[in-house]
Amino acid sequence: MLEKRRYAEAFLWQGRAAFVVAKKNVMIYYLKPPVITFGVIFPLFFYLAFAAGHAGPPEAMVPGIMSMALFFTASAVGPLVTPWERQAKTYERLVTSPASLSAILAGDVLAGMLFGTLLSLLPLAIGLSATDAGVVSAPRLMIGVVLGAFAFSGLGVLLSAPASDTPSQVMMLSNLVRLPIIFVSGVFIPLAQMPAWGRWLAPLSPLSYSADLIRVGFGETGYFSFWADVAALSGFTVVFLWAAHLLHRRTRDRAL
Amino acid sequence: MNIPKFNAAALSIEARGLARNYGDLVAVDQIDLAVNRGEVFGFLGPNGAGKSTTVRMLTGYIPPTSGTISIAGHNLLSRPSAARRHLGVVPEEANVYADLTVWQNVMLMAELHGISKERRTQNGQYLLGLFGLAQRARQKGRQLSKGLRQRLMLCMALVSDPDILFLDEPTSGLDVASSRLIREVIASMNRSRGMTVFLTTHNIEEADELCHRVAIINKGRIAAIDTPQALRATVQSRRSVEVRFPNDRTPPPALLDFGAGTETVQLARGFRVFGAEPGRIAQELANRATAGGFRIEHISTLEPSLEEVFMHIVSRGTSIAPGQSNA
Repeated sequence: MLEKRRYAEAFLWQGRAAFVVAKKNVMIYYLKPPVITFGVIFPLFFYLAFAAGHAGPPEAMVPGIMSMALFFTASAVGPLVTPWERQAKTYERLVTSPASLSAILAGDVLAGMLFGTLLSLLPLAIGLSATDAGVVSAPRLMIGVVLGAFAFSGLGVLLSAPASDTPSQVMMLSNLVRLPIIFVSGVFIPLAQMPAWGRWLAPLSPLSYSADLIRVGFGETGYFSFWADVAALSGFTVVFLWAAHLLHRRTRDRAL
Repeated sequence: MNIPKFNAAALSIEARGLARNYGDLVAVDQIDLAVNRGEVFGFLGPNGAGKSTTVRMLTGYIPPTSGTISIAGHNLLSRPSAARRHLGVVPEEANVYADLTVWQNVMLMAELHGISKERRTQNGQYLLGLFGLAQRARQKGRQLSKGLRQRLMLCMALVSDPDILFLDEPTSGLDVASSRLIREVIASMNRSRGMTVFLTTHNIEEADELCHRVAIINKGRIAAIDTPQALRATVQSRRSVEVRFPNDRTPPPALLDFGAGTETVQLARGFRVFGAEPGRIAQELANRATAGGFRIEHISTLEPSLEEVFMHIVSRGTSIAPGQSNA
């Protein structure tokens, strides 16, 4: 009983530490104008560049743009936080604080998740006010956004594991992983309209499930079942966080 | 919420069989350390001797390859968070968060240690005042000079009222005023609060001034561990006699030749004769000078400085056990 209470207290304590780390990340890394601008503008133009060659009503683009914005914003800063901290020589003190590695990584994930969720509301608001798009199932839309934000943020933190204090190197790795995830995800083309090879690869991308839920939220027909989307996103999140914890622990002192 | 208690009977820091390998390189080789509560413990060694690796293991930044570490009675390896709640750390080459203000930097570390809002505000204000940073509370970290950043890092380490303070080269590269302020605060915190301090430094004078005991690490092994006074006494061959003659006159070589086991070095003014028995040398030198008609302006016997002990140990690769003399 005493042991259980001790674990519960430790869990709560580390939860609070994770919140402090998330707050620190938001204050230092997320509230910078270039990060916000890049997080919204880049996915928007990336999507429009593709959509320009495809005929279709503007409202049909809203779920795709929103999914892209969510993916980019939730996974954009996570890969860079640890390399930035290593480069700025603030990492060692953070790691030697009472916050456990799990709490530090949870804080990184939490910050990315909040940032991604909030910024994805921007294309949603613009889409709803400037096009004929309408939300049919708000719960499914929000579940898609929140679970997607968790998974993408977890991916971002996983990508920050290499023992590097050079953010540009990690950025290259990050783009190398993130761009294929976008192309096979059904963001540009609904999964049902993709060629066979695309439909084979789509389940490997966490963005496929988030985009699927977001499309259902806007009244489109889902490619996967609701529970398959939820289970897949939860599974990706767990795997990303587990792998991130394992790799961060291994690479912590290799960058010395 | 219960904060893990400091075990009053326990040593502040205890490491047994601590080792760390990087591939084939043995950075730290099976060292034992025991630091008492309320002690200022100096950790000296040449570059690459294993100082920072040891500190990084003791603060939980890197795991040891083998060995055990206890901090304030808590096993650092099995309960790292409980152990680290007793620590304040100023790592070597660390920095403050450049985009946070001075106040935000201090509050961040307090929050990471779970300090209540009232206490962290009170501690933060006190420490900023103590380190002369109160007027700069709203300045960003990037706007501070190196000396001010180092003061801020100490504020960040002290804001949680740690029982044990790890300082890795705290005054390296700082101006005289900042170095002195930092030394004074460390000594004062140790005296008034009984805070244990683990000080890694290249500044031997600093270690001599502040530390109750020092350990010298060389090639990954503890070469000596004792009080500065005891260490000085152990290296008998570096005891010496300093002598000066009027008008900086140079005596005949025979006057300063005391045979095997001694060494005479000319200084800018006068001479220094190293030997295990400085009293006998001084007496003999005075007799010879009197017999030869030489007047002595100044003569004194000297114990070796800690720096000389350090150089002796490091250059010869010797090790000294407590109470053992090394001629």
